Amino acid sequence: MTTALEAAPPVTRGLIEITDVRKSFGPVEVLKGISLTVEPGGVAVIVGPSGSGKSTLLRTINHLEKVDGGYIAIDGQLVGYEVRGQRLHELREKDILRQRTEVGMVFQNFNLFPHLTALENVIEAPIVAQRRSKADARARGLELLDRVGLKDRAGAYPRQLSGGQQQRVAIARALALDPKILLFDEPTSALDPELVNEVLDVIRELATSGTTLVIVTHEMGFARDVADTVVFMDQGQIVEHGTPQQIFTSPREERTRSFFSKVIEPAFNI
Amino acid sequence: MAWSLATNPRWEWGVVAQWFTAQSIVNGLVETLKLTAIAGVLGFVLGFVLALMRLSASPLLVSVSWTFSWIFRSTPLLVQMLLWYNLGYLYEKISLGIPFTDVRFFEAQTTTLISQFAAAVLGLTLNQAAYSAEIIRGGILSVDQGQLEAAAALGIPAWRRSTRIVLPQAMRAILPTAFNEIIGLVKGTSIVYVLAYSELFYTVQVIYNRTQQVLPLLLVATLWYVVITSVLSVFQYYIERHYSKGAVRTLPLTPLQRARKYLSLHAPANRTPKEGTR
Repeated sequence: MTTALEAAPPVTRGLIEITDVRKSFGPVEVLKGISLTVEPGGVAVIVGPSGSGKSTLLRTINHLEKVDGGYIAIDGQLVGYEVRGQRLHELREKDILRQRTEVGMVFQNFNLFPHLTALENVIEAPIVAQRRSKADARARGLELLDRVGLKDRAGAYPRQLSGGQQQRVAIARALALDPKILLFDEPTSALDPELVNEVLDVIRELATSGTTLVIVTHEMGFARDVADTVVFMDQGQIVEHGTPQQIFTSPREERTRSFFSKVIEPAFNI
Repeated sequence: MAWSLATNPRWEWGVVAQWFTAQSIVNGLVETLKLTAIAGVLGFVLGFVLALMRLSASPLLVSVSWTFSWIFRSTPLLVQMLLWYNLGYLYEKISLGIPFTDVRFFEAQTTTLISQFAAAVLGLTLNQAAYSAEIIRGGILSVDQGQLEAAAALGIPAWRRSTRIVLPQAMRAILPTAFNEIIGLVKGTSIVYVLAYSELFYTVQVIYNRTQQVLPLLLVATLWYVVITSVLSVFQYYIERHYSKGAVRTLPLTPLQRARKYLSLHAPANRTPKEGTR
């Protein structure tokens, strides 16, 4: 259950421990006992067919989704719950919100606030949730927009931006809280093919920054490049996980093999 | 029809002109505006709270809000108004204190507490709140769930999520119907004539009962309602324009900007340089 992490600058924050997590929607069990550890500064890419529970798992990490069983800890702290007596109790709203500021999330449909400009989108949470001064937040916000290559579009409204630009603003927004962990939920699935790379390039750059990344994606080439752990999920379970090399070239399980034979084009050279 | 409006002597436009700005009519007009403003503002504020209650996770709040809307939407406004005014007949005294003891913080005769004005405001406000709650709820429901999720994921507190993220976006769906309601309320205030409250419509009635100039005086009231509604429609245009920020790529020009653009394009001074060779 440990991930081999190559010698990297020592990162001490952003350890994710997922232990036997279960989740049902009505009668359908979408997570059937998931256990996974992502080391501080690690990059875990979750792949698998639609409906395999990838997104749900991602959403349990910042408690957007409650779990029915098991638990998740970030740096040893339970997410969304606390132990009182012998039982787990859900945290109060205030504490849940505080925990969420340590975990940034980027959505498939961007979910930018359309009535706020790019910069206003980025500085809203730092001002409200972290009580930073407006001037401070603005300076930091412009810096982040610059980092994703959009400093000159700070005053634009989301609908005045292309899909790729919107997703880069969304990434800057997630970064504005200086999170230990960033979650990406199919960040390029809603984009035109020619816009995919500008977003992937930004994420690639983040992968080396020491922030722990958990990425759900269908971009296999990107997964191979950027991941230090690839997790293959199917039907609410982790079928196998390992280094990209291991998962893509010599998967142990038949299910993994048959999935990759469908999603990776024959010309794709591993 | 327009011709007959202008030429038919029975409209008695002279009488209309004579009464249009008469002191009593203006006083009535002020009362109408006062009722509209108070009932409109209080009604929508209460409606907003009711809408949030209805959308909350608490079954108690949901049922309180539902029951409120059910009661006030299913009884005629006229009856509500008369009930409020005659509350003194049902309950002689209103008091605030600790139940089952003699401790009273406050006690008053109902009839002195509920004047015509109070009955009118109570009736209009509560009724308005019930309707606006549904309008606001509809607007909130029209906002994409992903917006709330993104805000929650950023650690933004619930109240701020409602007021800063959801409500401004909901406004686009709320405003057209809300202005319908407000305009309806302007004219709806005329119903308080049953309380003999001297707003515009009641004042007009009193005058024509005395002078027998029924049609011209009704025309006076009608014209004033048209004026108020027109002013409100202008407000509506600008407020909707404000809330369309971000929803459209470029804001539509205001009539003033459009006029300026037209003038600058057609002004003779600007026409010549285009043809001139520089």
